[in-house]
Amino acid sequence: MINRECGVFKTTYQADMALYTVPLARLTVLAFLVFFVFALPFLVDAKRLVWANLVGINLVAALGLNILTGFSGQISVGHAAFMATGGYTAAIMTARADMPFWLGLIAGGVFAAVYGLIVGLPSVRVKGFYLAIATLAAQFITEWTISHVKWIGGGFQASIIVPSASLGPIVLNTEREKYYLVLALAIVAVVATLNIARSRLGRAFVAIRDRDVAAEIIGVDIFRYKLLAFMISSFYAGVAGALWVYYLGNANIESFRIVESINFLAMVIIGGLGSILGTIFGAAFVTVLPFVLEEVLQNLKGVIPVADIHSFVAQLRFAVFGGLIIFFLMVEPEGLNRLWRNIKDYFRVWPFSY
Amino acid sequence: MRLSRLWWLVLFLAVPLVLAACREEAAPPPGQTPVAAPKEAVKVGFMYDATGATQLIGVAYKAGFEDAINLVNKKGGIDGHPIQPIFCEHSYEVPKGVECYERMKAEGAVIINTYGTPITQAVIDRCHADKIVCNFPGYGAAAAANGERFPFGFPTAASYWSQAGASVKFILDRWQKEGRPGKPKIAFLYYDNPAGREPLDVLRAIAAREGFELREYAVPAPGVEMSAQVTDIVQRYRADWVITHLFGRSPSVSIKAFKEAGFPLDRVISFVWGSADADVEAAGGWAVAEGYYGLQFTAIGTDLPVLREIRDMYRAEGKTPPDIMEKSNVYYVRGVAQALMWAEALRQALKNEGWPVTGEKMKRGLESLKGEVGGVVYLNLSARDHEGGGSLRVYQAKGGRWVLAQDWFQGYRDVVESFVYR
Repeated sequence: MINRECGVFKTTYQADMALYTVPLARLTVLAFLVFFVFALPFLVDAKRLVWANLVGINLVAALGLNILTGFSGQISVGHAAFMATGGYTAAIMTARADMPFWLGLIAGGVFAAVYGLIVGLPSVRVKGFYLAIATLAAQFITEWTISHVKWIGGGFQASIIVPSASLGPIVLNTEREKYYLVLALAIVAVVATLNIARSRLGRAFVAIRDRDVAAEIIGVDIFRYKLLAFMISSFYAGVAGALWVYYLGNANIESFRIVESINFLAMVIIGGLGSILGTIFGAAFVTVLPFVLEEVLQNLKGVIPVADIHSFVAQLRFAVFGGLIIFFLMVEPEGLNRLWRNIKDYFRVWPFSY
Repeated sequence: MRLSRLWWLVLFLAVPLVLAACREEAAPPPGQTPVAAPKEAVKVGFMYDATGATQLIGVAYKAGFEDAINLVNKKGGIDGHPIQPIFCEHSYEVPKGVECYERMKAEGAVIINTYGTPITQAVIDRCHADKIVCNFPGYGAAAAANGERFPFGFPTAASYWSQAGASVKFILDRWQKEGRPGKPKIAFLYYDNPAGREPLDVLRAIAAREGFELREYAVPAPGVEMSAQVTDIVQRYRADWVITHLFGRSPSVSIKAFKEAGFPLDRVISFVWGSADADVEAAGGWAVAEGYYGLQFTAIGTDLPVLREIRDMYRAEGKTPPDIMEKSNVYYVRGVAQALMWAEALRQALKNEGWPVTGEKMKRGLESLKGEVGGVVYLNLSARDHEGGGSLRVYQAKGGRWVLAQDWFQGYRDVVESFVYR
């Protein structure tokens, strides 16, 4: 991650597949873990913790999309639909069947995975833009179904109120308690994705992305792995959707609009396709930047002669946000992850150029 | 080449930091230090949107609220305590709305306007957990009228359910007054989203009881094309009356479509989000919309007493009153009404329970509101009924302005309540 890895020569396959390529990596990961568990929730106020929680939930979903789009090369603009599937499954299980929340989380993931399998079927036949449109259809169908079928959407307003998540006697009510739930799941998601990426599964995905015909010739079962990619990706989305529902205490279709699907694509592309650290960067960037921009722009009060600075900033925020996305993509089309590596490479030999 | 790019990036990131630093020294304490009111301020939160599909509403609504709060403060606040609004623009996005809520909570707001249905739904749980009153006039869940199940949620004025009851009552009363036989055939034209579908069940229940024919016509998003539905209503179904429940651009489209189809507009009644001056203007002006009925949960018009006071306040400062107040002011008045309602609730809370004001005191203050408040809104709140009886007025587009067609009334309260308290 942030450590220097010069002088690392891999001589065995085991070394190539290792989770930590250098011993220092273990320490940095540990340090980050300590920071996120013990420091962050006590250093920032509830408002900033909202940011952290939103990043965490989006990260889980974006990792799923990165497995599908970044690793396997299957584009999807219906990621929010899988989130909705997971979210409503969890909501129905907890609110109506009175199940514990962890069961709802798992069920949300599993059900979304099954749904993803069905939606992914066209991917065996169509590629590229055509697949994008097929997943777009899934997004619309899901939105329509949830808001029109009373049994799923819960009737009025297509929303289901969900009781707070609880583990035995511990009820997760405050922002900080929810933070730990989100953090735990985000960590599990990151570790799982790292392991997928370095195992047979991940390599099969990458092979399909790079050249599906070649992958088939060397023995990758395309049918199976494409559908697996859809399933795994939807599982992540389903868990993220369930997490979102427990976080808000409510499942509402308006949280799972197509705009969200596009946002996830933006996170993955800005962060760097096929990169896990990049996904973390991307999720943080897309989620937090609008908030930060607003805070920064509020300081322009007095500088810009506008009577209603609140409303003006709201407008400006979108323009600046869009501009920043273009800026970062121009500086480094391969995403924030690549940018980070360039910075590292630069300082590795600094102050000498070569 | 990498080097120069990197330094650009560093420079780029430094700008906001510098800006942030500038603020620390440049900005004096933003409390404005009110001279006339030495007592501590009461903080209230107000979310709205200035971008997106509903920004027309959000901007006018906020302006009305802000002006009315200023007016209250100019008059010495509530018992000497000024009201300090915390504004938060959320662009109609749920994550932003949650962040707004947490910010307001951290700053000590006792009551929050949670603008927009999805945002309301997302924060209502937090309102209960934190004991902060959440007020959502005209949007949010109608079911929250049940004060026992939603102790801190207030869908004041009139929910979609109450609007459904009132619109049918209005139609059937007219029908009877005209001495026409039988029952009218009613068409319900609605925006196909969760908020649009909310009144369906109540309408069906009323139709079953009264024995009139009801047909439903959904308009899919974004609701700017409905000629098929309107043709269906006018030519095939041959409806006697139409109830519309549309948002954003679509009410104006519906006015135009009915006009073009030759349907008399004085047989059309709209829910509260389709009865603003802006809708009439976008439809092609008052001449086109002549006869169109609109439900309102506040009084409207430019000659309201409170608007005169706001006008005087502006003139006293040597400024001209904003256009938004003088022209299309339906949403502006809704903001004013909400501010007056909060001020009155605060007055009750301070009178009955004294300083400091908390969310719980504010809740009881709201629950004590009975009758017309500030001459703009009619409420009858109680611990059980957090909607306030759902009283509405009907205005009709006539000769270039809205004319009162029916004063405060309720419709089918028993049916609505059977849904609220089930």
